[in-house]
Amino acid sequence: MRLLTHNMLSCNIKGVTNGFPLAIEATTVETKEVDMNPDFLRHIFPKLEWKAFRDASHSLGVDDLPEQVDPDMLLDEEFLRRFHHALLEVHLEEGVLICPETGRRFPVSKGIPNMLLNEDEV
Amino acid sequence: MASRPELQAPPEIFYNESEARKYTTSSRIIEIQAKLAERAFELLALPDDGLPRLILDIGCGSGLSGETLSEKGHVWIGLDISEAMLDVALERETEGDLLLSDIGQGLGFRPGTIDGAISISALQWLCNADKSCNDPRLRLKAFFNSLYRSLARGARAALQIYPQNTAQLEMITTAAMRCGFSGGLVVDYPHSTRAKKYFLCLVCGPASVNSALPRAKVGMEGDDSGSDLDSGDEEQQTVTVAERHRPVKKRKLESKIKGRAWVLKKKEQRRNHGFSNVPRDTKYTGRKRKAHF
Repeated sequence: MRLLTHNMLSCNIKGVTNGFPLAIEATTVETKEVDMNPDFLRHIFPKLEWKAFRDASHSLGVDDLPEQVDPDMLLDEEFLRRFHHALLEVHLEEGVLICPETGRRFPVSKGIPNMLLNEDEV
Repeated sequence: MASRPELQAPPEIFYNESEARKYTTSSRIIEIQAKLAERAFELLALPDDGLPRLILDIGCGSGLSGETLSEKGHVWIGLDISEAMLDVALERETEGDLLLSDIGQGLGFRPGTIDGAISISALQWLCNADKSCNDPRLRLKAFFNSLYRSLARGARAALQIYPQNTAQLEMITTAAMRCGFSGGLVVDYPHSTRAKKYFLCLVCGPASVNSALPRAKVGMEGDDSGSDLDSGDEEQQTVTVAERHRPVKKRKLESKIKGRAWVLKKKEQRRNHGFSNVPRDTKYTGRKRKAHF
């Protein structure tokens, strides 16, 4: 799972009002190289929750993202490269996602988070 | 005819390893899936600016439909309930991220984040009540509600479905409309039982000029000129209809008009059966009436 998906994903348990962001407990992290597409990065940037994205990248061991961002930085090649790396190249392979409100743990195996809920959580 | 997979087992059990394997080995399945995905993408009608977008593939299975999205240069996230199918997707090294999730429990995405959604042959599974806790109406409601929430305003969803009957089709469509979607059903190849395909085309937000429904395909499947959406479609439709009805009419006429010989034979039969009220045979028997009668 890439951080792009993590940034869109929230906890879906019934009654949970603030299921975002899911905390990450990473066991295995992998990096797969992908071609950079600046257009996509600029398109997706306004939709990202930057703080959650930065925190998530920390828990996957990527530390070179700035704390404050503004859209002007998207013109900077160096920033785009780091942004691209954290968003699309770093994969969480094994680990756990944790709901911030209920503490419910969603296991991630082979890069696929198991978001299935139990009967009483629907 | 094989019975519908929906009637055999819940999706997470029906799509086991051997069933999932078919999606890598059977070229027929692969071709059909790719064609449907291509069409769903067309119905999604994304703005033609070459910008890559974030698309959901609902019921992505082995990621065949996602491959179409990757080819068009879009980034996608796939959801499926079957682990075996997702394993196949991993093997195929699809580009999108995969989630193991039950769409009947709602999609857990942040509001307004997704630019579009496609789904190939997945939604009819929601109409099953496999467990006692499953109510199809509630599951459809949860799905469409969460889909509406996740989609950006004005974004579209093109969902291909195999409804079991009209009631099911209506149930799915009403559930979508109740959640605020505008749009409706596009039926491709409506004259053919086998090639007929239902696409639920939904637009997030109230109906507007931009949310007009795309036109359905009507020509013969596999015929390239017929699948062209523009000119000549209407003509082709009339031709198909005419051809279908003409022979039937002819046969009816032939069997209705019976000649003098047939009448005489029937009268003879009645006499032999002992009926005494059979009129005698004259030069008028079985003769055609004059027009001014």
